[in-house]
Amino acid sequence: MKKVKRSWSLSLALLFGLTGVLSACGGNNNNGSNGSASPSESAPASSSASESPSASASGNGIANPRVAFVYIGPPGDGGWTYQHDQGRLYMEKELGITADTVENVPESADAERVISELAQNHDIIFTTSFGYMDYTLNVAQKFPNVKFEHAGGYKTADNMATYFGKNWEASYLSGIAAGKTTKNNTLGYVAAFPIPELIYNINAFTLGAQSVNPDIKVNVVWTNTWFDPTTERNAAVSLLDKGADVLLAYQDSPASLQAAAEKGAMAGGNDSDMTRYAPEAYLTNPVWNWGPYYVKKVKALMDGTWTNEQYLGNFQDGMVDIAPIGENVPAEAKTIIEETKAKFVASDMNVFTGPIYDQAGNEKVASGQSLTDAEILEMNWFVKGVEGTIPQ
Amino acid sequence: MDLLTQLLVAAISSGTPLLFATLGGILIERSGIMQLGAEGLMLMGAVIACMTYIHTGSLGWTLLAVFVVSAALGLLHSFLTVTLRANQVVSGLAMTLFGSGLSAYLGKSITGTPIPGAVPKINLGFLDDVPIIGDMFAHLDILTWFSFALVIAAHLFIHRTSFGLHLRAIGDNPATADVMGIPVQLFRYGYIIVGSMLIGLAGADLLLIYSPTWIEGMTAGRGWIAVALIIFARWNPIRALFCAYFFGAMDTIGFKIQLIGSAIPSYFLKMIPYIVTILVLMYLGWRSRNKPSGSPEALGVPYIREQRF
Repeated sequence: MKKVKRSWSLSLALLFGLTGVLSACGGNNNNGSNGSASPSESAPASSSASESPSASASGNGIANPRVAFVYIGPPGDGGWTYQHDQGRLYMEKELGITADTVENVPESADAERVISELAQNHDIIFTTSFGYMDYTLNVAQKFPNVKFEHAGGYKTADNMATYFGKNWEASYLSGIAAGKTTKNNTLGYVAAFPIPELIYNINAFTLGAQSVNPDIKVNVVWTNTWFDPTTERNAAVSLLDKGADVLLAYQDSPASLQAAAEKGAMAGGNDSDMTRYAPEAYLTNPVWNWGPYYVKKVKALMDGTWTNEQYLGNFQDGMVDIAPIGENVPAEAKTIIEETKAKFVASDMNVFTGPIYDQAGNEKVASGQSLTDAEILEMNWFVKGVEGTIPQ
Repeated sequence: MDLLTQLLVAAISSGTPLLFATLGGILIERSGIMQLGAEGLMLMGAVIACMTYIHTGSLGWTLLAVFVVSAALGLLHSFLTVTLRANQVVSGLAMTLFGSGLSAYLGKSITGTPIPGAVPKINLGFLDDVPIIGDMFAHLDILTWFSFALVIAAHLFIHRTSFGLHLRAIGDNPATADVMGIPVQLFRYGYIIVGSMLIGLAGADLLLIYSPTWIEGMTAGRGWIAVALIIFARWNPIRALFCAYFFGAMDTIGFKIQLIGSAIPSYFLKMIPYIVTILVLMYLGWRSRNKPSGSPEALGVPYIREQRF
């Protein structure tokens, strides 16, 4: 038996070795791509917690603010996190400062730990996913001298602002492209979670399509994930099987576009320009452009004019935009999209202007009336023409 | 295409990676070694396939690289479990953790790069007009055809050749096999390496055909489903084919039900594969309660010559 025991301990030692290698990889993984030291390593070692954020009393400007970003995925996801990272790079270039980033932070208690560690030696922290809302708020209350910026949420504090954009306007334009492209009036929508953000985008997409083609039907499936390419692909294929010939996927990966390209259909994605994944099958989709906002808020911190506003960007300030229209979308659609976009830029058009009916045919918005931003942001009903249900 | 045909087509396309991984696992477990590292091996197969294809653009080099890397990982697993006689569960879990971590690290620079159309398809135009069969088989890629051939080859090998007899012998009773003059340790090394290559191929298949972009953690638990499938299939390659396709179909059935307009919440539909897993396990357990499970008798037990347990 002795022999057995020895081999056991030897193999255990080897396994520990393996785990060591693994955790080294994990550590690397969390590092910012800018090569700066991992904040989780430097935070406990440095004594900066006492020395600086508190030193700079609120109200005064900070000459060299230390900026951090918390990402839900890797910057290489080609979608949501990629666009935030592009925004960070733009901000760094404009202001000549370097920001720290932490990638792949799950929307769990881990997020609170990461944000707390960053708060100890940063002046402003951007948390770039909806699920970070409560964790950001908790940390914001513990670090009153650090500024927090949360994307997509609705909770604020004296030192916590939120930012998002009217991307439903871009969804409306994508709907125009889809409505002009479809040959059988059947569109498909690969939707992540049944939350207002998805519901108003699906509705805007449908209304956009119906504005050029009143017979449009939009089939919706829920994947219950932001980012799982195989599941997204299964959802897209199911929609194509059902007869849809143009898809839009409010997901973080290009899987639906790739599936559509394979089956000879057309599709758009979300968040960023996805042309490169399948140029011949690409429709278009809403894109985010966070850079100018990041510049504005970091600059405000430098000037001492930072406020905890709830910012809603749009076409006018460029936070919301539409990706280049795909090469196989009819030219006629491009003209209409340009005209409509001009109206959004001039702020003289509201997507949700009546008459609008819900799925059961009840009038939800009377003729001549429009929904307010607040009403749009808590929408929980589908417009007529959407085929699908919202789980309660 | 009607609903049934759509399900059959989806079953083959999402079941093929599961099938490769299950076949690899069967070869390894038939030799008496537990295989819990499938998730890590699949991820490594996928990331290596993506990296090699981006750099060479050649399917041959891609598959070669996948085979070499997964064989190396298989060699590590065999060294730990056969030579050092490490606990096979712990070693398998370590392979999974190691594979997930290393693949995420290696894939950082290629995340999001698309690689469409890497695997050529075999077009059988004359099948197009045949209902169901045409939809299922007329335009499959070569890896899927290879998986069909592999099922038959593995079945014949295990049950109809003397090497297959030796394989079953070292998995059921290595001491007896040793006495008969079968090189137990050498064969175990061989089967672990070949099996790991097939599991790596499963990851490559997932990446090259199903979801042609590397994304961290893209297997999303399919390696673990393959581990369960080995048990469902009771270590039999033919049954593995049906089990893998059954799970492939389960992957998409939730979306089909949503599109029919059912009122069942989508959260519940997402649970279908897992609920079915539990039901199938209960049914199989009940049906074969008085029969042997089909599991190799020495599975998980390290073999030490002249050692009594």
